[in-house]
Amino acid sequence: MKILVFVKQVPDTVDVKIDPKTGNICRDGVQSTVNPYDMNAIEAALQIKESTGATICAVSMGPPQAMAVLDHALAMGCDECYLLSDRAFGGADTLATGYTLARAAEKIGDYDLLLFGKCATDAETAQTAPIVAEFLGVPQVTLADSLEIKDGWAYCRRDMGTFYQDVKVKLPAMVSVTENINSPRFPTAKGILSRKKKPHYTWDAVAAECDTTRTGAAGSPSVNKRIFEPPKHNTDTTYFNGEIEEMAKVFVDVLEAEHRI
Amino acid sequence: MNKADYKGIWIFAEQENGVLSPTPLELLAKAIDLKAKLGGTDVITAVLLGKDVAGISETLFAQGAEQVIVLENDALAVYKHRVYANALVKLVEKHKSSIFLFAASPIGRELAPRVMARLGTGLTADAIDLDVDEDGTFVQTTPNFGGNILSHIAIPEKRPQMCTVHPKVFEPIEPIEGAKGTVIREEIEIIADDDFVILGNEEKVFKSKPIGKANVVVAGGFGVKNEEELGMLNTLAELIGGQVGCSRPLRETGMLGHECQIGQSGATINPELIINVAISGSVQYMAGMDKSKCIMSINRDANAPIFSASHFGAVADYRKLVPAIIEEIQNRKA
Repeated sequence: MKILVFVKQVPDTVDVKIDPKTGNICRDGVQSTVNPYDMNAIEAALQIKESTGATICAVSMGPPQAMAVLDHALAMGCDECYLLSDRAFGGADTLATGYTLARAAEKIGDYDLLLFGKCATDAETAQTAPIVAEFLGVPQVTLADSLEIKDGWAYCRRDMGTFYQDVKVKLPAMVSVTENINSPRFPTAKGILSRKKKPHYTWDAVAAECDTTRTGAAGSPSVNKRIFEPPKHNTDTTYFNGEIEEMAKVFVDVLEAEHRI
Repeated sequence: MNKADYKGIWIFAEQENGVLSPTPLELLAKAIDLKAKLGGTDVITAVLLGKDVAGISETLFAQGAEQVIVLENDALAVYKHRVYANALVKLVEKHKSSIFLFAASPIGRELAPRVMARLGTGLTADAIDLDVDEDGTFVQTTPNFGGNILSHIAIPEKRPQMCTVHPKVFEPIEPIEGAKGTVIREEIEIIADDDFVILGNEEKVFKSKPIGKANVVVAGGFGVKNEEELGMLNTLAELIGGQVGCSRPLRETGMLGHECQIGQSGATINPELIINVAISGSVQYMAGMDKSKCIMSINRDANAPIFSASHFGAVADYRKLVPAIIEEIQNRKA
């Protein structure tokens, strides 16, 4: 069994601001990390490996420094990693990203299971996984709270908001997992020491056999016209003053005026 | 691709067992607005897939659809992503819509990307606003970084311009009694999918009622540390006929379920009255409740952002103020 687990490098906080000078997101002092939901995907892959045996390939697209998230995946126990890195991949929307990742999956080949986190914490589109599945022509399970592999099928419980849905999907398939599926492990000292010896591959557009009219900004139908911080609220606030008892009285006066008592 | 060949605004009429989801009505309301801004020539079409669902067309007409494309087939009785995606791709290729909107529901968010990938177009995720800019370009506003950053996205060269839309952002219109429209019955080949099998559905059992429909809300945040403190909020809510909700930090303690959570990753609410207790007011939280009619907030920190969205504010320790309010209400009721 061969599992591809897709990992994205994201800022380690969503509390980001826009640099008024450049109009871009201010990266100063913002550290990068593995997208938290992707850690659940890695853990899910490792649990399958432990129970039934599997080879796990971690895959990411990003600048050279994104190798750090793949190193983390290797330290957790993944077997090899592929970084898709090329200037021609830059500025990709979800379609171009999905195309590039699907090309890499085809090139790696012989996969049984494609695992993703339910979304990335930066753009939160949750689109890349279904797009990759569509390009590869495989079925999918999104929002998986559980995952079990049996006789060539993946069995999952999905969180559909108001109900749970139990499904099975024939392998090869894509499964994207929620944070409820497991608690990701920390890398062990042994894992950290052995990760360097595991195969690291960096593929550019040529190596991944990508058509560069379909990657990066050139292959992206979506255009980000402007980024901005949400407008600040400026409601006129009437404050209650005085001692607690006085505040409470006026507070309840308002509740009465609102016909709540 | 000749963009001029692509016309009209489509919405995906998500339904389950013949019951229409509330979200298509929100999409229709926004489609009416977009149609006006785009010059009024785009026909608003609801796309309805399922088995024995044609009767839903009446509701769609009453809520703003001018045309309903109905595709009925046994293989569409239960939603399966590849069966539905194949059908929608064929319908778009045949009718060539300019805009195609889906709800950002669990189904919309996994179905729309598959359709988009096959069509090779753009798909904006989880939009919180849709508009037409001064050049006549359709623009979507979408949150990034949990809503701390917003983006304006356009899909200038490809069609249809696809988008999933955050639920509860737009209000359905008042139904127009007796509204009529055109029903187009489609007969296209449906490809069943035996590689994806639904084994069963199980309704979630919620500890409390979902907060989305509450008229009066007492919401607790990070500062609510234990069941005793949560109990104060429950008592206050009971006294004023309200329901207890929470921001994300309080939900993460496990004391309240996701059905109680307000904000971008929870429910968007607009009750008559909300009392925010010990909630500082993150961007994500504010986006979920800033349309409430009357907003009252209690926080120890006078600089908490929550006050900027509040009609009434009390800078105080809620552990002292809430019991005093409860006592005052009980005295007045006595």
